Amino acid sequence: MAEASNQSTSTSSPAPLFDREEPLTADTFIRGLWEENPVFVMMLGMCPALAVTNSTINALGMGLSTTFVLICSGALVSWLRNWIPKQVRIASYIVIIATFVTVVDYLIQAISLELYAALGAFIQLIVVNCIILGRAEAYASKQRLLPTIVNSLGTGLGFTLALLSLGTVRELLGNGSILGVQLFSDNFQGWVIMILPPGGFFVLGAWLLFFNWRRLRKERRMTEQTGVIANAV
Amino acid sequence: MPSESLPLIFLNAALVNNFVLALFLGICPFLGVSAKKETAWNMGLATLFVMLVSSAAAYGINWLLTTLELEFLRLICYIAVIASAVQLVEMFIKKTSPTLFRSLGIFLPLITTNCAVLGLALFQTSKEYDLVQSFVYAVGVGAGFMLALMLMAGLREKLALARVPSVSQGAALSLMLAGLLSLAFMGFAGLGGAHG
Repeated sequence: MAEASNQSTSTSSPAPLFDREEPLTADTFIRGLWEENPVFVMMLGMCPALAVTNSTINALGMGLSTTFVLICSGALVSWLRNWIPKQVRIASYIVIIATFVTVVDYLIQAISLELYAALGAFIQLIVVNCIILGRAEAYASKQRLLPTIVNSLGTGLGFTLALLSLGTVRELLGNGSILGVQLFSDNFQGWVIMILPPGGFFVLGAWLLFFNWRRLRKERRMTEQTGVIANAV
Repeated sequence: MPSESLPLIFLNAALVNNFVLALFLGICPFLGVSAKKETAWNMGLATLFVMLVSSAAAYGINWLLTTLELEFLRLICYIAVIASAVQLVEMFIKKTSPTLFRSLGIFLPLITTNCAVLGLALFQTSKEYDLVQSFVYAVGVGAGFMLALMLMAGLREKLALARVPSVSQGAALSLMLAGLLSLAFMGFAGLGGAHG
């Protein structure tokens, strides 16, 4: 489907600038959420993904703040894409991102001082999250406003999903709770290492192992199936 | 707090609260350029230099912004200074050693988005270090970053020759290694110095 739409746009619009502009489809949203998941597939934004996922609520707060910055900066970059000179584009993007991060920083301080203390410097460090700059450079600077917002939302939610899948596992193993609600009886001895720094590396490594295993299994089945069909023929 | 002695600041930054293995800052270059020891060493040196420049600049900016009561501009100013410092290093390396420039590749301009550099500037501000303390802190953080990078590069060079299950090849294996290193670094917590 993607190939067909690419062909139609390239034939209909002669200007090379708009050659790669893509229409708004469900794929625009889902790609960032799953196929090009920033953490599990692209391996971007690893620092916050490991640092603030020691509990579910931290992971959720971080994911949503990043999503907010992604959408706002993506929208502004896309809106200004024809005015920003090529030579200073990276610097301009960084200033735009830094502005929105400052907004988020003050917002979280106003909403929940507790969450602000838990996330610490990592809210301000959203500025250097490669996902946001990567989206601005690779997508927002070339696409129209609406697809950019949808794509940023997808990527942001994909990031939140990844953080949550790390955060819930770590909180469950380390504390025996999810979102602060104790799930086991008092006999449960927390696996403390999971909420300490090494746990972050281990849990993310384990998720990647799981996805690798699934991919390999799928590939093996595909080859088996084609083998069966070939034999039958 | 400003009363901390200089050796303690250095040890704290380099070992106890190692930026990569304890605070999760600078993971991208840690996983990206740690395949060979030589590249890792040069990357570490370049990052250390950027850290020193931006640490000194951040101290000046913070003083200026505090006197002008413009603290909300801090983040934007810091990132602008870091971006210029990286540009400087990039031009210097390109001029002196084009081979090194090629081997570092995309990771050289990406020092700008290395959270360890911005993290250093933000932490020294929140800890209210003076100029000398900031300098020692930057050296400590840079040394810790290089140490982590070199350890990882050494391990990965050995692992390249080992036979591992096909499922765990690539990033998953690197993360498991990093987890073990991080576990080992937790042992330094006994050296003193509170977390943070």
